[in-house]
Formats: sequence, C-alpha cells, structure tokens
Amino acid sequence: MTEQVETARPQLTAPAPPPRRWSNERILGHVLMVLWALAGAGLLSYMIRDFNPEFMDRYGMKFVSGFIVTIELVGLSLAIGAILSLPIAAMRLSSSRILGGIAYGFVYFFRGTPLIAQAFLVYYGAGSFRDFFSDIGIWWFFRDPWYCAVFAFSLNTSAYQAEILRGSIQNVARGQWEAASALGLSKPVTFWKIILPQALIVALRPYGNEVVLMIKGSAIASIITIYDLMGETRRAFSRSYDFQAYIWAAILYLVMVEALRRVWDRIEARLTRHLKR
Amino acid sequence: MDEILTLVSFGPNGWGDEIASGVLVTITLAIATLPFGLTLGFLLALAKKSEEPSLRAAANIYTTIFRGLPELLTLFLVYYGGQIVLQQLISFLFPDAQVEVNSFVAGMVALSFVFSSYASEAFLSAFRGISLGQYEGGYALGLRRVQTLRLIILPQLIRLALPALGNLWLILLKDTALVSVIGLSDLVRQAGIAARVEKEPFLFFGVACLIYLVLAMISSIGITRIEAWSSRGEVRR
Repeated sequence: MTEQVETARPQLTAPAPPPRRWSNERILGHVLMVLWALAGAGLLSYMIRDFNPEFMDRYGMKFVSGFIVTIELVGLSLAIGAILSLPIAAMRLSSSRILGGIAYGFVYFFRGTPLIAQAFLVYYGAGSFRDFFSDIGIWWFFRDPWYCAVFAFSLNTSAYQAEILRGSIQNVARGQWEAASALGLSKPVTFWKIILPQALIVALRPYGNEVVLMIKGSAIASIITIYDLMGETRRAFSRSYDFQAYIWAAILYLVMVEALRRVWDRIEARLTRHLKR
Repeated sequence: MDEILTLVSFGPNGWGDEIASGVLVTITLAIATLPFGLTLGFLLALAKKSEEPSLRAAANIYTTIFRGLPELLTLFLVYYGGQIVLQQLISFLFPDAQVEVNSFVAGMVALSFVFSSYASEAFLSAFRGISLGQYEGGYALGLRRVQTLRLIILPQLIRLALPALGNLWLILLKDTALVSVIGLSDLVRQAGIAARVEKEPFLFFGVACLIYLVLAMISSIGITRIEAWSSRGEVRR
C-alpha cells in the first residue's frame, strides 16, 4: 500500500515513520500501566463489593461537612496569613538589622519546625498559661481547638507567604526602581504600581503551591480534635472499622488538590498571557 | 528555673533520656527513608523524561497521587491499608496467621512514597539543566547509555538537583513528626508523654520544636558542605 503511493509521488511523501519497536522502555511502560489498571480495578471492585449503604447513610453527610470545615479552615488561615505576611515581609526587606532579625527568627521557627508540633505547642501548650490567659480574658480563645488550629496555621502560612513575597519582590530587577525614580515617581508609587504587580506574577506559582500545602497540612487539625475531612474520616473508621472511609477521604483530597492545581494553572496562564512570546 | 532544668535533664528525674531516644527515632526514620526515596525518585524522573508515553503516564499517575494526598492520610492508608492487604495475601497461604504492620516500616514506606514523588520533580528539572551535547559527547566517546548516564550525567545531575533535594530533606525531617500519630515513639510523641505526665505542655513541646530547629540547622550546614563538595569542579566566581 505504502509502496504504491511512494512510486506514484516519490518526491512529495515523507518517508514513513519507522515502525515503533517494542523497546524495553515501551514494554516496561505498558507493564506498569497494566499494573496501575489492575490496582484501579481492584480498588473499584473492593469499593463496589464491600459497599455498605448503612455506612453511607450514617457518614455520608459527615464527610460533606468535614469537607466544608477543611475548606473553611484553609481559607481562613490563608487569608489571615496573607495579612500577617505583609508586615513580616516588610520587616525582612527593611534595612534595620533588628527588625530583619526578628522577622528572620519568626520565619525560621515556623518553617523549621513541623506543623504538628506547632499545633500541639499552641493547643496543649496554652494550658501552661491558663491562669494568665484567664486573667487577661483570652482563655476562651485558646480553649477552643478551632481557634487554636486557625492560630497555628495562620502563623505557619504567614511565615511561608512572607518568604514568597520577599523573594519575589527582591527578584524584580533593580533597573525597575531606577527607571521609576528617573521618571520622578515617588518610592511608594513605584512600589505599588511598578514593583508589586511584577512581583505578584512571579509569586503566583509559589502561592499556588502554598495553598496546596495548606490543604494537605490542614489534615493535622484532626489530631487536635477538629472534625475536618480527616477528622470525620478517622471518626468514621474508628466506629465502623470500614477501610472505605480512608479511600473516600483520599478521593476527596485528590479531587480538591487536582482541581485547585488545574484552576491555578488556568489563572496563571491568563494573568501571564502578555509575557508569552 | 531549676525545676525546668531538672525536667529536661538526663537521669531518673528528668525526661532527657526519653527525649533523646525520640530524637534518635526521628533521625533514624529520616535517614532510613532517604535511600529509598532518592532511588525511587531518580527512577521516576527517568521514566518521566522518557520518550515512551505509557512510561511517562505511569510515573505521572504515581506523582499525582502522592503529591495530592495529605502526608497524614498517606500514612494511614499505608498503615491500615497495608495491614488489610498483607492479611489478605498471607491468609491465602497460612489461614491462621495474623499480620501486624510495624509502625516504623509503615512510616518509612509512606514517607518514601511522598519523598520520591517530590524528588522526581527535583531530578527532572535537573535533567532539563543538562544540555543534549553532554549525552552526545558521551556517545561520541563510545560510552554506552548506562555508562554515559553514570559517568557524565549523574555527577552534573547531583550538583543541579542538590539545592532542591536539600529542601526536600528538611521537609522529610519535619514530616517524620507525623509517625507519632500511629504510635511510633519519635520526638513529638515522647515530648507529648512528658508533657502529659509533668503537666508542662508548653515546656516540652517548646523543647521539641527547638530540637527540630537544631536538626534543621545541622542539616543546613551539612547540605552546604555537600554542595561545596559537589561543585568543587566549578569555576570559582
């Protein structure tokens, strides 16, 4: 068939691509994909065979409410963290040694210790100062695991966000500052109108990663007795011993993270379309 | 002040020994995870840069799963799920056998999964930093593919991937704290026990945090040394 075509128009047709051989790579790739397919089919059959309508009745809505709690926790922490990160980043960028040192210490502490230890430090550690907190009237805040989780997560993410902000501001070329001052723009105007917009575009990707990290990290809240998605999952498992609880949680987390990643890629592509060549 | 010093001191009245044993578990777990995570991550990166679509897809499924799941959930899936799966497999052969998954091994496996999926990205971007000419140079010298990879690409790859891998090591060190939830006596768990017994939670969790900071500082020094060693062939700028 191909030979006929080639004899008819020998100059015009490109040579037929060489047939794809079954190289080792190709065999390995297909074997691995078959394994994934088997694992997926096994999981699916397990989910169908052992599906328990009673379990769904009892815990289905709890999963939904846990999902919402997770989103609230992450959203609130990220928002508070974003506000807190502004002064911290400003301190990191300031020429004052003392301010810079304090901010560096703050960031180093929250980035260098596990989130779970920070959550314990706030939630259980607040008990050490119970009398003091009662005296100044803020014990109600530290008694409640929800506030403690938001408190710990906000401080944690503010440290990360401050570093993202600082890095991206410092990344903007010096020439931008110089050009603005040559045009007679004041420093604040230069910062808000010229430097920050460019910095935020650079910061877009790390910010997206930080949101994902926060969603994943928020599972830790379940350990200090918050019934977020992970907390509801653990409760359902400890009562029913039905392992499907964890599978459902895994699916929900994967969907949440993947959806966010896709949406974020879209946003980034849209916002940086003027930079495409 | 004296009381605090007694509490964290070594010996029968203090919790120093218990905390030290927790530190040892934390470090052992992190170091035990590292070779598996690095090897698996490297293989995943090779698969992801392969020209074979099915191989790339297989590797991408893996990283999507383990980068998307919370580390805590991965740990539970491995710990409880591993127990169920192994029990099923074993009961085919020995119907009466009982399987119990060791929490250290479960932690190691879960952390290896997470570490390798992130490490594969680090290796992949390092691969992109090596020009095609390096491979061609190797082939022109008559080296085989594996030899080129080992003798020419790998040394440069390590240098390029080290900063990212250093970060991943620090993340791994922090992630080991999660195994305290499945009952392994690591630093956080030991600090928690001490806090409950002595009713000094802030002190002991504060000490645990400070120890993590010290471990991070020591790691940073070590990573800087390794980076200096790996770029010893570079021109000094």
